[in-house]
Amino acid sequence: MTKRLFVKGNEAVAMGALEAGCRYYFGYPITPQSDIPEYISRELPKLGGEFIQAESEVASINMLLGASACGARAMTSSSSPGISLKQEGISYMAGSECPGLIVNVCRSGPGLGGIDASQADYFQSVKGGGHGGYHIIVLAPDSVQEMYDMAILGFDLSDRYRVPAMILADAVIGQMKEGLEPHSYVAPDDLETKDWALIGDGKAGEQKIIKSLYLGDGELEAHNNHLHAKYAVMQEKEVRYEGIELDDAKLVVTAYGSTARIAKTAIRLARKEGMKVGLLRPITLFPFPKAAFKQCKRDGQRILCFELNNGQMVEDVRLAVRDVEVDFYGRAPGAGSLPTPEEFLAKIRSRYEA
Amino acid sequence: MSTEMKKVFSRPDSLKDVQTHFCPGCQHGTIHRLVAEAIDHFGIKDQTIGVASVGCSVFLYGYFDIDVIEAPHGRAPAVATGAKRVHPNRPVFTYQGDGDLAAIGTSEIIHTANRGELMTVIFVNNTTYGMTGGQMAPTTLPGQITSTTPYGRDVTKAGYPIKMAELLSGLDGVAYSVRVAVDTPKHVLQAGKAIRKAFETQLDGKGFAFVEVLSSCPTNWGMSPLAANERVGSEMIPYFPLGEYKDATGE
Repeated sequence: MTKRLFVKGNEAVAMGALEAGCRYYFGYPITPQSDIPEYISRELPKLGGEFIQAESEVASINMLLGASACGARAMTSSSSPGISLKQEGISYMAGSECPGLIVNVCRSGPGLGGIDASQADYFQSVKGGGHGGYHIIVLAPDSVQEMYDMAILGFDLSDRYRVPAMILADAVIGQMKEGLEPHSYVAPDDLETKDWALIGDGKAGEQKIIKSLYLGDGELEAHNNHLHAKYAVMQEKEVRYEGIELDDAKLVVTAYGSTARIAKTAIRLARKEGMKVGLLRPITLFPFPKAAFKQCKRDGQRILCFELNNGQMVEDVRLAVRDVEVDFYGRAPGAGSLPTPEEFLAKIRSRYEA
Repeated sequence: MSTEMKKVFSRPDSLKDVQTHFCPGCQHGTIHRLVAEAIDHFGIKDQTIGVASVGCSVFLYGYFDIDVIEAPHGRAPAVATGAKRVHPNRPVFTYQGDGDLAAIGTSEIIHTANRGELMTVIFVNNTTYGMTGGQMAPTTLPGQITSTTPYGRDVTKAGYPIKMAELLSGLDGVAYSVRVAVDTPKHVLQAGKAIRKAFETQLDGKGFAFVEVLSSCPTNWGMSPLAANERVGSEMIPYFPLGEYKDATGE
């Protein structure tokens, strides 16, 4: 029987990363994710890995680029203001097709903002974040268990597509403690040797170059089309979401991460009141579960989107379903408290009856 | 006759047989050759990882026949740190200009040096931003006219040229810090020796090694190649004295 642990989300994501074979961590302290570098600085040396507390988030993302270019599983973690600083490096990683795991335990902004939970980095995460029109894989765990599982999934997806992966959590998911059943990592059969990387195989005469500069006629256009073709394959094959009681639902609530946890309770309460309400929880925010939302449209369901921001994911939901009415209820970052299930229930009730 | 002729000079193995994009009189070509000669000298061509920076030296991978990672502007020492930690037994070097290393990348170079990362940094100081068209660099000399100091560098407003070889020599992680030039045959020989030593310092695990190379930029200085070469000796060396600022290699 698997051992059951009682740990923080931040510890779980670190444990999952090490289980997935991550042996290089580069980061800079910031609340509310500092448990991650603290855990890894303690555990990684035992595994023969390297931990560097870098001079800045800018340096740490570039160390990640260097380690990734050399074929290693490597990661960094930070929180919103620090993730902003990493955007330059993330754009270069995307451009030079370097995989790697980036954990964002979101806090509120803009600017220094506050240290409470927020989902206001959705746009930054799924729309590119840095310059140049790229995407990264974005995973949104809603539990401590998923923090562990998605560290592993993030590495596998990132390596498979040579696209950086981000875990978009927040202060709630990172700081809360709950049960975790760690499991042993088994590499997917389809993961190939990183022949593209500077893996030090010492093959004379085979120069390897990791770069994002393309100045030749038509080269950059072809490169961008290549990147976007990969995103299209991911959209086809890698979408993940959780559906709860969707079949008979007249109203579909959608939320991700910590907000989805509150929504799950609200839906149970709504069902007790006899309302046919379901939940569609995107797990991959990029690629976005467009088809699942289109199904809601075919089934004639109304959609209500909850977020811990002033409305970001709701735009992608509306794009997916176009002419279907999508309602939104959000709380601005830095509200100082989380919405309650009863608060969500009241919104569900008013939309259900409307 | 031909049987008596001996080849005394040839392109290093580590350099590709290609034309460079460098302007006439630019000294990147000479510095590339010296780095390649050092790589050949130690027989490490198949192991060496070069980290290219942003600026005229970005095309490192086009000229060196070695593995290369292209870094964002100023971040080469951080990228090289990640690479070196993954491959501690592979020689790693960065090749950076003055805007890259001494302006936007100041934080990365200082902390990489301070950690004593086992790598070699080649720093080409030509007192200007070459690739972007001759703007003021952190190493632009007082009074020097550039495209963004049209009245000459006013040190009361734009500060003073940064002396990187001296600055880094104050850090405990640095094993070797030296400034050389390539304006005369004698200086070229000294520069070659310093670059070899900087690789040896890394290979022997003695610490971080830094070589600042004074270089000309005839195009952006608005000078002929000959006049530009003379300026290295007449104006740059007096401000940026050549020599070893730190040698903790124990030799």
